[in-house]
Order: sequence, then structure tokens, then C-alpha cells
Amino acid sequence: MSTAAVADSKSKWMGGESPFHLSYGKIMMWFFLMSDAFTFGAFLISYGTIRFASPIWPDPNMVFKAFPFAGHANLPLMFVSLMTFILILSSVTMVLAVHAGHCRDKKGVVKWMLWTILGGIAFLSCQAWEWWHLNHEGAWWGAFRDGMDLTPVKGFFAGTVSATDLVVHGADSAHKFFNFFFTITGFHGFHVFSGVVFNIMILVFTMNGVFDRKGHYEWVEKCGLYWHFVDLVWVFVFTCFYLL
Amino acid sequence: MSNETQHSVDTHEEHGANIHTSGGHDHGHDHHHEEHEQHFFLKYVFSMDHKIISRQFLITGMFWAIAGGLMSVFFRLQLGFPEDTFQVLSTFLGDWAKGGKMDPEIYYGLVTIHGTVLVFFVLTGGLSGTFSNFLIPLQIGARDMASPFMNMLSYWFFAVASVIMFASLFVHTGPASGGWTTYPPLSAMKEASMGSGVGMDLWLTSMALFIVSSLLGGLNYIVTVLNMRTKGMSMKRLPLTIWAFLFTAVLGVLSFPVLLSAAVLLIFDRHMGTSFYLSEIFIAGQAMPNVGGSAILYQHLFWFLGHPEVYIIMLPAMGIASEVLATHARKPIFGYFAMVISILGITVLAFLVWAHHMFVTGMSPFLGGIFVLLTLLIAIPSAVKVFNWLTTIWKGNIKFTNPMLFALGFVSLFISGGLTGIFLGNSALDIHLHDTYFVVAHFHIVMGISAFFGMFAGVYHWFPKMYGRMMNKTLGYIHFFVTFIGAYVIFWPMHYEGVAGMPRRYYDFSSWQSFSQFGDLNKMISIAAIIVFFAQLLFVFNYFVSIWRGKKLTEKTSNPWGSTTLEWTTPVKPGHGNWEGDIPEVHRWAYDFRENPYDGSDFIMQDVPIDPTKEDEEH
Repeated sequence: MSTAAVADSKSKWMGGESPFHLSYGKIMMWFFLMSDAFTFGAFLISYGTIRFASPIWPDPNMVFKAFPFAGHANLPLMFVSLMTFILILSSVTMVLAVHAGHCRDKKGVVKWMLWTILGGIAFLSCQAWEWWHLNHEGAWWGAFRDGMDLTPVKGFFAGTVSATDLVVHGADSAHKFFNFFFTITGFHGFHVFSGVVFNIMILVFTMNGVFDRKGHYEWVEKCGLYWHFVDLVWVFVFTCFYLL
Repeated sequence: MSNETQHSVDTHEEHGANIHTSGGHDHGHDHHHEEHEQHFFLKYVFSMDHKIISRQFLITGMFWAIAGGLMSVFFRLQLGFPEDTFQVLSTFLGDWAKGGKMDPEIYYGLVTIHGTVLVFFVLTGGLSGTFSNFLIPLQIGARDMASPFMNMLSYWFFAVASVIMFASLFVHTGPASGGWTTYPPLSAMKEASMGSGVGMDLWLTSMALFIVSSLLGGLNYIVTVLNMRTKGMSMKRLPLTIWAFLFTAVLGVLSFPVLLSAAVLLIFDRHMGTSFYLSEIFIAGQAMPNVGGSAILYQHLFWFLGHPEVYIIMLPAMGIASEVLATHARKPIFGYFAMVISILGITVLAFLVWAHHMFVTGMSPFLGGIFVLLTLLIAIPSAVKVFNWLTTIWKGNIKFTNPMLFALGFVSLFISGGLTGIFLGNSALDIHLHDTYFVVAHFHIVMGISAFFGMFAGVYHWFPKMYGRMMNKTLGYIHFFVTFIGAYVIFWPMHYEGVAGMPRRYYDFSSWQSFSQFGDLNKMISIAAIIVFFAQLLFVFNYFVSIWRGKKLTEKTSNPWGSTTLEWTTPVKPGHGNWEGDIPEVHRWAYDFRENPYDGSDFIMQDVPIDPTKEDEEH
């Protein structure tokens, strides 16, 4: 048994076939995701570098405490938890779409793809609201750069930060925090957006029977890989900006 | 029997998966029919044939090599003859060189664009783009790349990047001028210098497109090598060129994205008021508002790409040299597995040494020590490779052909330039040597000229396969000797200047007593540089004339160097799809140079089956 396996694995690398029994497209997707992981990795490491060189840092519980239609209620991290939950749910529906594809169940693919697209759009809408809300509070790329006035940034810091630190570093820290926040969540949001576009394309192809004619639903799988990757990246972004 | 792939043109997004479908005997035939009907634009411009795309990369690379070389001639005129004026400067540079004397601004612009285009457009796009494209399908036995469409996009992203970079030379405020590394704050603040304006934006746009091109190409190369080898072409039968291209692509796919991140943050610093890289900067006495960023952060991100980049340049040249040395010395490559392991070792170490470019940024000496250790470790696989090249030609039946001379020159330059790398990799010595002409000499010899020699070896060696004709030998010899001697004349003296502390990037040294002693040396370097530049025009002339006038190959002389690899089993001028009938099967490794028991020649091609009555089965 084991010798047979060894012989088999040897012959796989002898040429004339794919050594992993994978199509080129799927291997390419894996390598692309690895490449993309380095892009996000570089962003998050840059964020870490700047953050740990900074004497104080905004407190996520203070920055992210608003909820749509909840007025001034103090609901720290509730909204982002909802966003995260939506995105993870859309990963679940994506798994089901891929599974339906394996079973060549066209109706199933259409149904679960639709839910995934909805999840993606819901996530993007939440993000748009959050950005709009933060912008309303004065945050943006480059905000608080020249700020001597502490009123707009005071609310972003925990009460334990000393008044001196706040005066000396408050505006700078908020400036740096939001620069990274908008760049990195923006870059991630752009990935979600392109994922939604791919998913819509897949949905249209499925409905038009393109994959039935091809005889397989591999494209659904490739998009699934991308979608799960984008979700995984969110877990890191979420951890860095909202939890730590 | 046959392991015909489905033809790439009709089902290009599928054939990777269907590589073992058999029986497509007439696909090749169908295909030729199809090709005759192809429009000129599809055949030569938006071509999906890897062979055409490779030539597009090569010719674009040659354009940039001439442009970048001409820039170096211009700034060498300034460095060698700081007191004189030259009509040619005002002819080419116009208002940038009124009265034949170039402005400092354009001097910095030319130095920057010279570095950028030679590193990225010539020695990455032009080298890896040309030879990975040309050789991967031909040498592994595939009809084309896994995705010919992405391959075409890869070239066109490169072309658009080229156009934008070229356009930046003509904007009012001049091209980017902060050096090819484009360190902030110079590159981040529009007010900092003339070149920090639109020129810098165009530089960033062009580089972003180049990164996309490199990603599309790299993914294709990796997947094609893994998935599309012909039957019998196991990994250990791959020519070393393919191993080198595979790891080059891996390096590119994993390091360029980090440059993309660096560029995105830089763009925000330039246009959105952020302070990722900026802190407490004064321009003309004016305090800038940015506080809290880190210019060193950019350097880390840049060199995380920048260091692997030099191996992206070196590995293809190494692969080509291995192939050419073995073929023209009529001997099997020495230490094939050691070569593969060395390439792998270099690939891994390439990611772990970037901070040796930053020893003097104030990093902890302890951290510097770690980077010294990791840097010096690279000497091991490099030395293994050099040893194997020398042992390969040892007692070989050496044919001093054009490609062989360039491959030998490559080894010589790689040794000379590599040894000075050991000096620079030492953080204590680097305090004195960094940012001097010693560095300029080191990297020009080891990754500039030596990679160029690898590339020339490749062009002379595979030109017959590219165009079905030979290049002119005599011109090739002149090209080699002038370039080889000239390269040493240009760069050897720079070591002395560097040890004496002469800094790089200066516009004029004549006002320093300690450096004006090198005035005559600088003159000599400049004269040699001009001569070497014109020798390259000879090569370009040879290349283009030989396309139409070179000695034609016939079916009999279709393998002019007596190579063992699969590309020479194709017709003299292969069409799209490469082989007319079935793709050959591979039965032996790529370096079977010995007495051929079948026809008495001194080599056995990879597709010759093993007859146990005539030879051992272990090959």
C-alpha cells in the first residue's frame, strides 16, 4: 500500500500531467493569493511599525462605538462585529455554492451565489456607513495633521491616557491611526468589491449555462478561493484595528 | 503514445487541466491552417504566441537599454569633463543643457531613470520576460504558456508602463530625480525638488503597471513549469534554465507585491496629506506639517523587493550561463543537483538579507550583525555555482563561439563583482563604503554587466531558434571583446575611488580637493563608457540585420550548437504550437554530452529513447 503510494507520487512528477492533479488556473490562484498576502502583510507590518513607535494610540472601543440609527448610544465594536459576522456568513454561503458546483447543481449554485453576493454588498454598505460616520467626526486621510485643537480627537482615546500625552501626541496618533485605517480597510474593501464583481460574473455565467456546457464549475471554486482569502484577510485587519 | 495537449489557441483556459488528454494528432495541422488566416495585428502585435511575446519583450528591452545607456553616456560626459560643454547635450536635452552644459536637475533625473529602466525594464522585463517566455514552453515541451492571454496582457502592461516612463522624460519639470530607490521625503514631497512633481507621479504609475505585468508573467511561468511539462520531463530532467526561471518567478511573485504596498503608501503621502513616511521635514526653512511617519519604513519595504530583485536579475543569467557553458564545452553540467539546491538557497536567502542596504540607517548593531551573517551566507550557494561552472568547462572541448565567450565573461564578472559583495555585506566596512563609488562598481559589475553578459549569451545562443538564422560571428567577437575589456576599464577604477571615499550621485567633484585627484581617472572611465556604448549599437545592428540577412539554418543545421534540449527538436521556424506533430517525449536528462551510441556524435538529445542494448538505462 505505502510503496504503491510512493511509486504513484513519483510518477506524478514525471511530466505529461499536473503533479497536484489541479488545473493551472487553481494553482495560479493559489500563487496569486500568496502574492496578495504579501501586499497585505506589508501594509499590516507598516501599521505595526508606526503604531509601536507611537507613545499613545486611539482606543478602538472609543473610535468604533456608533451604530446606525442608534443615536449616541455607546455600543463599542457592535457594528463591526455585525460586519464581520456578515462577511463570515458570506463565506459559508460561498462554501455551499462551491459544493453545489461540485454536484453540478445549477440551481444550488445560483441560489448560494446570490446569497454570497448579497453578503458582500451588505458588508460593503456597512463599511461605507462606517467610513461616512468617521468622516462625519472629522476623520479622513490626512486629517488631524495640522491640528492644535484637541477637541475633535479627544474622544478617540481611552480615559487612562494622561492629559500631557494627549496634548503632545493626541493629534499625531489620531492622524496616523486614520491614515492606516482608511488605507488598509480601503484596500480590503476594494478586494471585497472586486470579489463581488467576479461573483456576479460567475452568477451570470451559471445562469446562462456556461459551466454546464463546459462540464464543470471550476470557476466557482476559483472565485471561492479568492473570496475565502479576502475573508481571512479581514480577520487580520479586524484584529489589528479593532481588537488590539 | 502521444501526450498531445489540446491546442492552446482554441481552449487556452482549459488545456492546463487537460494536459493528459491524448490523440490530438491533427491539432498541430489545424493550427497551421488557422495561423495563415490570422490578422497581422493578432499575429505580431496582440499575439498570444509565447515566441512572439518573448521577442516583443526583447526588443522593448533593447530600446530601453539604448535609451538608458545613452543617459549614462550623457552623465558620464558631465562627470568626466565637468568643465567642458558638449553640443550633443544641448541637442538631446534642449533647455536642460543650455549651451551644452547639463543642469544638475536633469543630471539627477538621468541617473534615476537610467537606474530604474536598466534594473526593471531591461534586466527584469527584457531578460526574464524574454527568456522565460521563449524557453519555458520550448524546453519543457509545451505548446504555449498555461494562459497565453495573460501572457499577452503581461507584455502590454509592460509596454504601457514603458510609454509612461518614457513620457516622464518630456514633462516640464523633468522625470523623477530622487534615485532609482525613490526614497522619501524627496519622493514624497512635491516641493522637495523639480523631479518630485509630475515626474514622480508618472514614475509611480509606470512602476505600478510594471508590477502588474511582472505578476501576470510570473504566475504564468510558475504554473507552466509545474503543470505542463511533456511526458518524461520530470523535474530532475529540466534544463537549469527552467529551474532558474521558475525560482525567478517565485521571487517576483512574492517580492513585487511589497513594492506595490510601498508605492500605495507613497502615493497617499504625496496626494492625500498622510504621513506614513514623513516626519518633521523642513523645505527651504519652511516646516512641513507631517509628524510621526518613518522614512526608514519605506526603505524596509523597498528593499524587501529591492534585494530579491537583484536575484530576479541574476538567476535567469545564471541559468542561461549554465546551459551555454555545458553546451559549448561539450560536457555535462557539473553538479546538477548542487546547482538546483543553490538556486533554491539563493531564493530563500534573497528574502532574508534586505536590511544590508540599510546598515547606516541607525539600526541596532545586533540586528545588523544578523543581516551580515545572512548576507554572507549567500556566498555559499554563489560559490557552489561558480565552482560548478568552472568544473563544467574544466577539460571540456571548449568551442569559443559568441555565446560561449559571453557566458565565460559572465562567470568572470560574477566572480569579480561577487567578491566585493562580501566587503559590502559586512556592516563594519559598510560604514565607510556605503554610498561611495565602491557600491557603484560592485553592483554594476555583479548584477549590471554580468547579467547583461548572461543575456547576450542567451541572445547569441537562441537567436537561431528565434529567427531561423545565425548572427554575424565577427561582429559578435568585436562586441564581446570591446564590452568585456571596457566593462573592467569602466568599473575597476571605481573601486579605488570608492575606497577613497568618493560619494555616488554627486554632480561635480572638481571642487573637492580629496576627489579632484580622480579627475583624469574619471575622464578615462567616461571615454571607455562611450566606446562601450557604441559597441552595443554594433550588437543591435547585428541583431536586426541578421533577422533578415543572417545565414539561414536548414533542416540539417537546425541544431547549430549541438544542444540536447527540446527547443531544437522543433522545425527551424516553429509556428504557434511549436511542434507540427506530437510533442516529443523525454527520456533522459538535459546534459547528456558524451559519445552518442546511436549516431557517433558527442551529444544525445533529450527525446532519444534509451536502447538498453546500446547504453545503460540509468540516465
